Amino acid sequence: MWQGFVDFVHQLLPWFDGGLAIVIIILIKGVALILPLIIMMAYMTYAERKVIGYMQLRIGPNRVGPIGLLQPFADVFKMMFKEIIFPTKANVYLFVLAPILAFVPAIAIWAVIPLGQEFYITNLDISLLYVLAIGSVGVYGIILAGWASNSKYPLLGALRSASLLVSYEIVIGFVAVTVVMVASSVNLNEIVSSQSGGIWNWYWIPLFPMMIVFWISALTETNRAPFDVVEGESEIVGGTHVEYSGMCFALFFMAEYINMIMMATLAVLMFFGGWHSPFEGVPYLQEFFAFVPDIMWLLVKMSFFLFLYLWIRATFPRYRYDQIMRLCWKVFLPLTIVWIMVVALMTQLHLGPWF
Amino acid sequence: MEFSSILFYVFGFCLVASSAMLVIARNTLKAAMLLILSFFSVASLWLLLEAEFLAITLILVYVGAVMVLFLFVIKMLNIDQSTIRAKFTTYLPLGIFISIVVIAQIALVLSAGQFDLENVEEPTRHVAGYSNITELATDLYTTYVYPFELAAVLLLIAIIAAITLVHRKDSRSKKQNISEQISVQASDRMRLASISSTKSKETK
Repeated sequence: MWQGFVDFVHQLLPWFDGGLAIVIIILIKGVALILPLIIMMAYMTYAERKVIGYMQLRIGPNRVGPIGLLQPFADVFKMMFKEIIFPTKANVYLFVLAPILAFVPAIAIWAVIPLGQEFYITNLDISLLYVLAIGSVGVYGIILAGWASNSKYPLLGALRSASLLVSYEIVIGFVAVTVVMVASSVNLNEIVSSQSGGIWNWYWIPLFPMMIVFWISALTETNRAPFDVVEGESEIVGGTHVEYSGMCFALFFMAEYINMIMMATLAVLMFFGGWHSPFEGVPYLQEFFAFVPDIMWLLVKMSFFLFLYLWIRATFPRYRYDQIMRLCWKVFLPLTIVWIMVVALMTQLHLGPWF
Repeated sequence: MEFSSILFYVFGFCLVASSAMLVIARNTLKAAMLLILSFFSVASLWLLLEAEFLAITLILVYVGAVMVLFLFVIKMLNIDQSTIRAKFTTYLPLGIFISIVVIAQIALVLSAGQFDLENVEEPTRHVAGYSNITELATDLYTTYVYPFELAAVLLLIAIIAAITLVHRKDSRSKKQNISEQISVQASDRMRLASISSTKSKETK
């Protein structure tokens, strides 16, 4: 009996070496990345309520825990114990599939995002393309939710949001092309490595208009104010997730916030030197900040962009649907195409420290 | 059995099962979702063949854009299942005939021996640092640059043609001119008139 077990284990060992060990390591890495991400997302909701509260001269949540710090956990437990209601005549399979399809791509993108010199799950050769491809899958969550709910408001929200997301993906793709042209690589690790050496080596200087375009497109891609046509509380109640409750709704919510964190990280990776310190090459400051781990720089820059999300939401009035579409097709698209030409010219002339 | 062959069978099973269910599915939207699943399975299989650029492009273009537009159309159409099913028996003989022909064609091609394992060379495995996208770009922009540019121009012409077909002036259209709305100045909408407060009393 024992001998049979040992033989069985020995038969399994080559499997373990050939792939199972790699799978287990990847799973551990994934959990180590996803858990902090979920906590970050939870505190993003807290930060949003606090920051917008102070901008509107309110205090924001302050009842659960000291200065309201346990509020996200209270929200999570409330969501978990809520009943999930299925509308009559809703397509149950697609109704359940929709939040999953919104959440899974949001998480899957993080497989290739490098957070530090040695801090990533995989160093994929085409990671920027992977990010764009998996990011475009998230739109199915919205489309399916709108259709499967068998309700009018979700359908309207899904229709206008889906057309918007597809349009802005083109702009983001073109912006990514300019970054790829400057860095001459589609690998996010290499894009960041080629920006090493101080704040003036980052790509926000040669690609300044593209950075602005990218950030506005990022607001649209994550359905955030002032471009939140998927929700639009004053027009169509809650948009695609009107009929959702409990954890099904929470999945949409989490997907939105994780996508926000991802877009902020992507902006840092593409335009703001990723994990590089802004003081690289500066005589005194470089030694002074040498003790800071590289991931800290990325987190600081990312936090700024996350704050920018909240700042913009609190201060800008909402756009009308046709205005957003015009902004995409008639302003951003020509601008990005022109800037591709400019970048090509700058590459030919070997301008500055970037090319 | 290697680990990669297990992955191959898993994705292969996904592909075959989703394609079969796609044909059987009665709900059009479910069928579209199954088509997306089969796209993903094909992309995974291509990744196993080291064609990562092709795999990502399949997801980016077909799943990310084409299928979204498909779903758009499906959502807008009010597909009545009963009218489709009513003519099922009338078309059944023709359908059976066409499927027999197709199956026979596939069987004939596959049994000709051209696709046997000994006839097909095993693709060469590349080392870890090999960049598929660089190789592809080098080929595309040096050897095949003219066909590539021609295809691009052809696509551009198709886009322009499609837009000109649908873009016509409709007098009933209540379009808003946004650039006019945005560039409006205060002087266009408002006139500051200085009216003396005493004048009205004098006229009385």
